[in-house]
Amino acid sequence: MAQIYRITEQYSGESFECEAGQSVLKAMEQRGMKCVPVGCRGGGCGYCKIQVLAGEFECGKMSKVHVPPEALEKKEVLACRVYPLTDLTIECRPSQSGLASKQTKTTALR
Amino acid sequence: MKKGVMRPGHVQIRVLDIDEAVKHYTDLMGLIETDRDDEGRVYLKAWSEVDKFSVVLREADEPGCDFMGFKVVDEATLVQLQKDLVAFGVDVEQIPEGDLKDCGRRVRFSVPSGHAFELYADKLYTGKWGVTEVNPEAWPRGLEGMKAVRFDHCLFYGPELAATYDIFVNVLGFHLAEQVLDPEGTRVAQFLTVSMKEHDIAFIHHEEPGKFHHASFFLETWEDVLRAADLISMTDTSIDIGPTRHGLTHGKTIYFFDPSGNRNEVFCGGDYTYPDHKPITWKAEDLGKAIFYHDRVLNERFLTVLT
Ligand code: FES
Repeated sequence: MAQIYRITEQYSGESFECEAGQSVLKAMEQRGMKCVPVGCRGGGCGYCKIQVLAGEFECGKMSKVHVPPEALEKKEVLACRVYPLTDLTIECRPSQSGLASKQTKTTALR
Repeated sequence: MKKGVMRPGHVQIRVLDIDEAVKHYTDLMGLIETDRDDEGRVYLKAWSEVDKFSVVLREADEPGCDFMGFKVVDEATLVQLQKDLVAFGVDVEQIPEGDLKDCGRRVRFSVPSGHAFELYADKLYTGKWGVTEVNPEAWPRGLEGMKAVRFDHCLFYGPELAATYDIFVNVLGFHLAEQVLDPEGTRVAQFLTVSMKEHDIAFIHHEEPGKFHHASFFLETWEDVLRAADLISMTDTSIDIGPTRHGLTHGKTIYFFDPSGNRNEVFCGGDYTYPDHKPITWKAEDLGKAIFYHDRVLNERFLTVLT
């Protein structure tokens, strides 16, 4: 049986289980939670950006525009490409996800 | 086509992992791999297309669209359009023959929305895939997945729609088929065509320049769109929205993402246009219905998730 890790999102206080080999974003979606915004699910759009505050993880390929080396150092990564190796504490603030800034960019369409 | 731009010819898409991407565009979408080059780029086409390729995949560390190319009727037209672009104040770059395999010289330019486009006159004519030129059968056997019929159009997000419109309409001879106007009368979406299709290319206003919304592929029927949806589930592919219908163009559609997060569409149907048709207008206040005719509300993701 696959190892199960607990992911806790600090800003919302939500927490959910994630199987080894499953991305944090996918695990969150599967359990019907919404603490991280869901975009392309492919490491391309930057929509699901989080910061990992505690715990070990591996990353799949992510767009350099959204995760430059400086961001990676701060463990600011894309939840759709984060695979936990231990329990994780993550944080996704609405502003941090880029959502707020992106929303102003489309005001012309609102 | 009044200035000799004939149709969308190709799109070069950046992907994070070339093998995963090739699998997606061939096994799932049903494109056919036709070649690879020294730079590692992979060339693909849909079966009904007559030229050697329409999609080029390039591995990079950031996904998105490098450029979209339009085929013009002949070399004389290419020479003329290049002159016209320069006269209009657009910088052009010469890409030599063979830079893309079996493709003639290309004239590349950028538009104020921040996107790169190309014009070219020649590409190797390989004929429709899997059917003969004389007494062709209805469709070829051996197609995979969604069996995409052709590369149809792209939608780009960026600023400066009016200046971009000027280049496409006044210099390149495109025709405005559909638009979205805000209450002040500013065009916030423009669907442009050189054919009878409602769009060969489309732009939606967005402050950040040069963003790629999707590349779209044509399917014949609504049943094919539903089958595409089934395949998306079977392969656990990242879905965006659909199957549904657009208000704009009235096409029946489904959106999903490639493994690097670039959005794809497959669709069928859609209205037609002739050069004497006035543009169809949707109001920005009714954008939900304009984009998703059934739900009549926008999903945030459609407006903000881009590569
Ligand atoms: S959802 Fe697009 S990068 Fe994660």
